[in-house]
This record gives sequence, structure tokens and C-alpha cells, in this order.
Amino acid sequence: MGIIVSVKNLTRVFDVSKPWLNRVIERLPKRKLTAVSDVSFEITENTVYALVGESGSGKSTIGKMIVGLLPPSDGTVEIEGVNLATETDAGVIERVRSDIQMIFQDPYASLNPRWKVGDIIEEPAVANGDATDGLAEKLLEQVGLSASDVRKFPHEFSGGQRQRICVARALASEPKLIVCDEPTSALDVSVQAQVLNLMSDLKDEFGLTYLFISHDLTVIQHMADRIGVLYLGRLVEEASPADLFETPQHPYTQMLLEAAPRMDGFGREVTPPEGEIPDPINPPTGCAFHPRCPLAIDRCATERPVLEQKEKARVACFRAGERAI
Amino acid sequence: MSQPVLSVRDLIVEIPTRHGLLKPVDGVSYDISPGEILGVVGESGAGKSMTGNAVIGLLDRPARIASGGIYLNGERIDNLSLAQLRRYRGKQIGMVFQDPLTSLNPLLPIGDQLTETIQEHLGVSGGEAHNRAVAALDEVGIPAAKERIGSYPHEFSGGMRQRVVIALALCAEPSLLIADEPTTALDVSVQAQITSLLKRLCRERGMAVMLVTHDMGVIAETADRVAVMYAGKLAELGPVREVITSPRHPYTDGLMGSTPLASKGKRRLHQIPGNMPRLGQLPDGCAFHPRCPYTQDRCKADPGPRLKTCDGRAACWFPLDGAQAAKGVA
Repeated sequence: MGIIVSVKNLTRVFDVSKPWLNRVIERLPKRKLTAVSDVSFEITENTVYALVGESGSGKSTIGKMIVGLLPPSDGTVEIEGVNLATETDAGVIERVRSDIQMIFQDPYASLNPRWKVGDIIEEPAVANGDATDGLAEKLLEQVGLSASDVRKFPHEFSGGQRQRICVARALASEPKLIVCDEPTSALDVSVQAQVLNLMSDLKDEFGLTYLFISHDLTVIQHMADRIGVLYLGRLVEEASPADLFETPQHPYTQMLLEAAPRMDGFGREVTPPEGEIPDPINPPTGCAFHPRCPLAIDRCATERPVLEQKEKARVACFRAGERAI
Repeated sequence: MSQPVLSVRDLIVEIPTRHGLLKPVDGVSYDISPGEILGVVGESGAGKSMTGNAVIGLLDRPARIASGGIYLNGERIDNLSLAQLRRYRGKQIGMVFQDPLTSLNPLLPIGDQLTETIQEHLGVSGGEAHNRAVAALDEVGIPAAKERIGSYPHEFSGGMRQRVVIALALCAEPSLLIADEPTTALDVSVQAQITSLLKRLCRERGMAVMLVTHDMGVIAETADRVAVMYAGKLAELGPVREVITSPRHPYTDGLMGSTPLASKGKRRLHQIPGNMPRLGQLPDGCAFHPRCPYTQDRCKADPGPRLKTCDGRAACWFPLDGAQAAKGVA
């Protein structure tokens, strides 16, 4: 199986400075927020690659750079071997773009309330100039709604049904890669189960590849074939779900797994993790996790560890594999 | 056993609408003892927040308590006037909401908000109130509480803000705390900090806590007993370990099956067919019967099962035993 997405040294810096005049009067320097810093990974065709991390870890920014909603500050994103930021052949750009679709978190905000469901679903196909006869009806039935729903408006549906409409729209241009940014975070557990099952079925049926972005470890473990853990814009660990949950190598991953509530953890006394995610405008030197890390040594504060192969995982830590707890 | 801090008896909340009378809470009864955490779970629209709001007298018009009683430390509080209720709210019942930013006044330093509440309810001097405010912030784990007491809410992170809200809810030393989705807006590591703080405070003060959430994992780790709500009614009420490992109500069983679980790997998630019915279109009999895999004729008949008409644990005519309930945590 081939590689569909290849991300190399991806970096994104946002300029969060005050306006020019304020900077001159108040003698303030420019302020830069590094949302994503030197992230590299590859996604194999017909698999689910999951990015997990807390708020501010850069997972959505990476998703946006992969679909091309944001240009990278540094590094490259190659989809099917094409770098959309530098490619000049319009035909190639169009072909690759139609292979990518996105599903967003909030199904109430991502559907136009003035459009009929049929028009919403057909829009990507219309944009590609494809035939749309019966397309919306067929897709609605594939996602478990009824063909007669094409004439309804989004407000007539519940949250779970709306997310199904979003999935149907994403499928309309027959994509190969779907970037799902927290697709079930706004849904109830029983509805989440329906949407996750649907996504798994469609993946097998159409040979789709998912980049699955979520903060929910149980959902990630259920869906993913490969998991990347992000902390402050850096990829700290990458492994298969079995390895990551059995033997987490990075101290941050260990902390995250320990803190996640468990259904079988009756009366479990968790030693809550110390501190919070640092300010991304002034990240700590060296390893970004060292101020909170129970294993930190002097070297962690001065040198940034690179992502290296350690046993079956890729880890960015000088003391990978050791356990504090 | 000691007297329960909170007793809710056959509580019915009504909302009159053009299309008829809706009952978002329908015949709910439960007790919470001192030092006990009762978890209330359910999906959106199940009536869990409405129950909490009814207890503290925060129902928005036109919603109203139609019948039933709410007793706090043995005194009935559901029929009090607004002026009388003021003495209970904040003083004996503390409340923590989901979004810490909207629970705090953005224009006042947190110290002012704390001292105002303390003076109002405890009638102490300004200096004493200030000292107590610092102690309250210290207790919920805000570092350098003395210096930070003059800070405004926007100067704190989400987790720290939620700690301030908890300090605010607890500064008058209430005997009951209602926490409505206190960790839903927070990250996993901060969530762990807040739930362990709630557990510690509950144990140290012997306070009763009603924890409303939709996260079964949080409930399993935090609560002593759990109440599962469906369409305004209690579906199941029991000790948390028993309800989660061997659910008796088919809805609880379905809920457990649809939660992705670490131990069960990549099998397909169990789906509960259909959606939760709208309040105006509740089916006759048991509200869950159209979605229930074990429905029999009796389930469709009026009136539906209640906890006390069944075995006291699950509101179901045909509760599951261990062998049937195979979809939950094995």
C-alpha cells in the first residue's frame, strides 16, 4: 500500500503582534506564536491516522495545512506526491484537491441553513463539474438517511443526522482522503457510536483514508491504525494503538493516559498531573514538556529531542521508555 | 444511616407550550447522603440539568415544578418564596456550571466576587471575608492565592477559572454542591485535576455532591452512586460499580455498549437504534420501548414502569440479569 500523505518538517507560525502603531508607541517587539513546530509523519492509504493532543497542541492547524486551508510557514505537505503549495500545473492541482475532503466538529455551523440538503451534498460534485443526477439521494441512503430528505433543510435534522449529512457531502466528490476534525465531539455517546460505525463502514467500502483529529483517547483508540501524540505543536510520540496504550514511551503520553477517566476505574485515586500547557508564544527551551516532566534531566532544558525510532514507536525524548509512575 | 442532605420526591417539572404540556423531568426521586457523590448521566435532553436547576430554584419561566417535593436537610425548599430561597442559594447549596467564563463577572476581580459572597452569607467583617477568600482559593489549589486575589477572570486559564468557580461555590460552606458538567469544557489533564479536587473536598467536608455529566468515565471514577436518566425519567439508580458492570435497564446496557472502551479493542460499537424521542412525542408506556431490543407487550401499556413499581434499581418491567447484559463492561 502506498503513502497518500507525506508531511515533512511542517511548521506554522502565526503573527500575534499588536498593530504596527501600538508597537511603535509602546515599544513592543513582534510576537510570534508557533502553533506547529517541525512535525513529520506519513499516512498509508486506506488507514486511519489519528492526531491526539490537548487544546493548543496544534492538531487542527495541521489538519488545515493538509487540506490546504492554511499555507505552511516551513516544511512541506505532499498528497499523492504533489506539493499543493508549489505545484503550478492547474490540472494536477484540481485533481489532487478533489481527492481531499474535510468533516468539521460542529454540524450546526458547517451546514448552510438556507440551502436544501440535496444542494449541500451535491456542491462538491458541482464544483468539479461532475454529473449530479440522483447523487444526493444515493449518498443519503449510504449514510443511513432517506432519499426523500434531499428537499429538507438542515434545521429539520438532529445533531447526529446533520453529521451524517456532512459525511455524505464529503463523499460527493469521491475523495481518497478525508480530514475529520473532532467529528464526534459535539455528539452524545449513542449517536457517536452510530457515526463512528458509519465512518468505519465507508472506509472499507470506498477505500478511504482518514486523518482523524480528536482529544478523546477512547475514540482514538477505537478508530486509529496509527496515532500521533502532539504537545505544544510538536509530535512527541507516534505508534500503533496497541503499542501506545500498552507501553507509552513518552512521559507526556504516560501522563495523558493516566489522567484519562476509565470506565473500570471505580474509586480510582488519580494523582492529577502537575501544571498546564505552557504559553506557546514563549515555549520552554529544549523539550517543551520538561517543566512538567517527572523524568526531566538537565539536558532536557537545553536540547530539543528529535523524533527517533525506539522499539516499535517513534519518540522524541531522551529518557523514552522509562516510567515515572 | 444519617439523614440525607438532599431528598427529591416524585419531582415533576412542566413546561406549558402551544403544543401542550411538556415534562422534561417526570417523577424523579433520589437522596444524597453527606459525603456522597451522586452522578447523574444521560444524553442531551434527558433532563439532567433541569433536575439540578429545579433543586436550586433556577428554572427559567415558563418551566415550573408541578408536583413533588425537594427537601434539604429535612426542610422543604421547593415552595419557598424568592426572598427565602436567597438564604439557601449559595449558603447551603453551591453550584458549579459548565463554562467557568460565564459564571464569573468579567469586570470584577475574583477577590471582590468571593468577599461579596462570603459577607452576604456569613455576615463577617470585610477583613475577615478577605482572609476567608484567600483561604478558599488556597484550598482549591490556586498557587500564590494572596497575590492572585486581585486578578480578573480573564487572567486565569480555563482550569484555574473553574477552580475559582468551585471556591466561589464553596466559600459559604454549603452542605450540597451541584456540579453541572464541571469538566466538559476542559482538557483531560485539567479534568483529572478538577475531579480529584471535587472528590477531596467532598470527603474532607462531608458535603453531598450532585455531579451532572454525560461522561461515563468521569462518573465511574468519581461517583459513589449513579442515576441514569432517559426522557425525563430515572432509568436506573444504583451503586456505580454495579450499574456499570451489570446494568439492569436495557438503556443503560446500550449506553455502555456504545461507549468505545480500551479493553474491548476494535470491535464494532453497539448501536441503540433510533433517536431519543422528543418530549412532545413520548410513546405510551416505557419511553424506551421503541428502541429496546427486549420489548414485550407490557412495555407498550400505560403507565410506564417506575423505579418503585419495579425492583427499585431499574425502571423496567423486565430488568436484565447478568447473562443478558453482555454488552457492558465484561
